[in-house]
Amino acid sequence: MTELLRTPLYDLHVELGARMVPFAGYEMPVQYPAGIMAEHTHTRDKAGLFDVSHMGQAVLRGASYAASARAFEALVPMNVLDLGEGRQRYGLFLNDTGGILDDLMFANRGDHLFVVVNAACKTEDIARMTAALEPDVAVTALEDRALLALQGPRAEAVLTELAPEAAAMRFMDVRTMELDGVEAWVSRSGYTGEDGYEISVPADRAERLARALLAHDDVAPIGLGARDSLRLEAGLCLYGHDIDTETLPGEAGLAWAIQKVRRTGGDRAGGFPGAAQVLDQLDSGAARKRVGLRPEGRAPMREGVDLFAAQEGGAPVGRITSGGFGPTVGAPVAMGYLPADISAPGTTVYGEVRGKRLPATVTALPFVPANFKR
Amino acid sequence: MKYTEEHEWLLPEGELITVGITEHAAEQLGDVVFIELPEPGTEVTKDDEIVVIESVKAASDILAPLDGEIVEVNEALVDNPGLVNEDALGEAWFFKMKVSDMSPMDDYMDEAAYKEFIG
Repeated sequence: MTELLRTPLYDLHVELGARMVPFAGYEMPVQYPAGIMAEHTHTRDKAGLFDVSHMGQAVLRGASYAASARAFEALVPMNVLDLGEGRQRYGLFLNDTGGILDDLMFANRGDHLFVVVNAACKTEDIARMTAALEPDVAVTALEDRALLALQGPRAEAVLTELAPEAAAMRFMDVRTMELDGVEAWVSRSGYTGEDGYEISVPADRAERLARALLAHDDVAPIGLGARDSLRLEAGLCLYGHDIDTETLPGEAGLAWAIQKVRRTGGDRAGGFPGAAQVLDQLDSGAARKRVGLRPEGRAPMREGVDLFAAQEGGAPVGRITSGGFGPTVGAPVAMGYLPADISAPGTTVYGEVRGKRLPATVTALPFVPANFKR
Repeated sequence: MKYTEEHEWLLPEGELITVGITEHAAEQLGDVVFIELPEPGTEVTKDDEIVVIESVKAASDILAPLDGEIVEVNEALVDNPGLVNEDALGEAWFFKMKVSDMSPMDDYMDEAAYKEFIG
């Protein structure tokens, strides 16, 4: 087994009493002494600080932003070219049949693109971008930067104490600002359904910034456990679970992420991997859909639970891809795939838990209303 | 009080044994969110999976520590599974079982042995 990597905040996690677990090749905090439930609730009520330094950060730099954007559009089905300076967008890497290779965030930072990808996929993502974009567009993986997320309704007030300009940012804005005496690349975004910021800083300054943020009464450290329950309640996909190479954007409920200009009839329609399959699914509808599910009672339906159309008989018609207890909902919540004809909110399906088929109701996502600063 | 390697505590009183999980087990599980208890009257055999515990992290089971009959279950846990995290050794008992042969109790650990077991 290869040795696990550590983020620049490893020592701080241990000092804070975190339980460390292997995740995507890193030793990461799954929870702190407060526990997943308390950490989840703290993030919804106040502000949580997450170490997401294991994620991949990269800069794509061509002759101009436009040149880099045009080249990048050959890899993703998004409108990259018209993304305004200082703005960020959600993106997808696809394979040749339209299956999702990874999801990502990309930002127009003036003369270059800044890209953040999932930890488990970052080596492949960097290799893919390098092969496709160089030499015209230089692809630089930023191994020497940490990434922190400050999430929750008090995030703005907390960050504003360090940098007043943070208050003026809207959802998905990106800015360069000085935080605790160091240049930080800040976006107003996150993975919790709450308002908040994601903050890229040089690795050697990450611990100092984290301590400065944690010094605030409203800020508590939050581990991967609560990160997962927060994103699940927010209806956000976890790569490798809710989306993977077997899922296309349309059936995954991610059609919104493919802007009109890249769709059939658009000025720059297609021209990305798997375009024929992806656009066909958007045009003619998907046979199955990712849905939210509310299991009746208190028994969680976790990933892998088979879904049935009826309480007795028949073969499975779908499967849970993420599921657990939603602390803010106060009940189990799940996501999974169902045939389109039984995917409407209000439909009852059955999940098989320990040999028993238990009812679950298809529910519109998110389970908890988003709290973004629009 | 006796302890199993599955982190259950067993409190004998006459021909009844009250069963719960240890504080160590509750801490390892994390916040408990769901508990499924057996029906009173159920005859169980040692190592039958008779209780399901789901925490925010994962599902786990409680095994029957001895042969016997479930005579009472703690319904309060169904409505408030978090009791397990608050008072694992007291309020959060899971069930009482009637046991005809108490001799296997001798094989379980006492408190000193259990403390050594969990290190």
